[in-house]
Amino acid sequence: MEIKVLGTGCAKCKTLFDTVQEAVGQLGLDAQVIKEEDLMNIMAYKVMALPALVVDGKVVAKGQRLSVEQVKELLR
Amino acid sequence: MIQTFADWLVYGLFGLSPASRWGSAVNFFFYDAIKITILLFLISVVMGIINAYFPIERLRNYLTSRKLYGLEYLLAALFGAITPFCSCSSIPLFIGFVKGGIPLGVTFSFLITSPLVNEVAVAMFAGTFGWKITGIYIVSGVVMGMLGGWVLGRMKLDRMLTPWVRQIQAQSEAETVQWAEDKVPFLKRLPTIIRDAWGIVRGVSIYILIGIGIGAGIHGFVPDAFFAQWMGRDNWYAVPVSVLLAVPMYANAAGIVPVVQVFVTKGISIGTALSFMMAVVGLSLPEATLLKKVMTWKLIGIFFGVVAAIIILSGYLFNWLI
Repeated sequence: MEIKVLGTGCAKCKTLFDTVQEAVGQLGLDAQVIKEEDLMNIMAYKVMALPALVVDGKVVAKGQRLSVEQVKELLR
Repeated sequence: MIQTFADWLVYGLFGLSPASRWGSAVNFFFYDAIKITILLFLISVVMGIINAYFPIERLRNYLTSRKLYGLEYLLAALFGAITPFCSCSSIPLFIGFVKGGIPLGVTFSFLITSPLVNEVAVAMFAGTFGWKITGIYIVSGVVMGMLGGWVLGRMKLDRMLTPWVRQIQAQSEAETVQWAEDKVPFLKRLPTIIRDAWGIVRGVSIYILIGIGIGAGIHGFVPDAFFAQWMGRDNWYAVPVSVLLAVPMYANAAGIVPVVQVFVTKGISIGTALSFMMAVVGLSLPEATLLKKVMTWKLIGIFFGVVAAIIILSGYLFNWLI
């Protein structure tokens, strides 16, 4: 499983990255969490609101504040 | 009701005298802090509900798929007002608009109004200045976006975008990204919206408290009409000077509105205060550096120059009207 957090480095994006790591830890998933900060790469996902969460190449959330519980739900 | 509570807390529980400077400053602090926090929470919930039903993709599709005969400037500015502003999203939004073939001027309309009219600014204004001034602020934020976007659109600035953005623009198509309309019932969405709103309140509360604290200090200790002589209505340079002062300031609305409100009670005219606020919230240097990824410095300069000019003009207008 490949998980990416798209964000240009703002506070919200960092929060999401931490939340996702926490969720991955709690679920005990064997997954890589990657922080994608390059704008060109981010735009390839056609998102207009950041931060966004990408799981296996698919955008599952964007521009939202997510709780650990919500992220766990999205990763299942 | 909040006033009664603040009175009870400060004069009753803390035992401060209403006539003392400390008493009135502390009372002012608690009253404003409680009122603004409640307002911010409620407005954030309302904005969250609106946003759940008008996601940005839907708005963009609307702008690209119809002929609107000039109305697109108004719509882009209105969309800018209702979408939550986050500086980290402004570049992806910009690219998304350009990619969809939306003209640069219309994109600017969105970009101008989006930071100006946001839930934090609206709540702070409503809490400190009342609804009339808040209404004026919102309407002028939208009008400014329309006007600024239209002016910038007429200037044919596309060649000043950075090369990779121009490339995207050349390949633009009216792509309509499918926004998954989720059929999640309202009651299930509400907890998320409320949590988001609470997150906004928590995120800015420290700035609110600092701003109100400084405001309360000035409120209690600086004599009334202190600023009237040099920042009052009669000084022609008050508006441009305050706008120029505001651009390098990156204080968020939460921290600065309470301070500005106290300045107004001490003699600064409301038009000058409004244009100062608009320049603080709408034009910031960190935003300019972000925009550098998509625009040349020259274009950023023109963009800021046009918006600053409109803000200054509106400041004179407000001073004359209100």
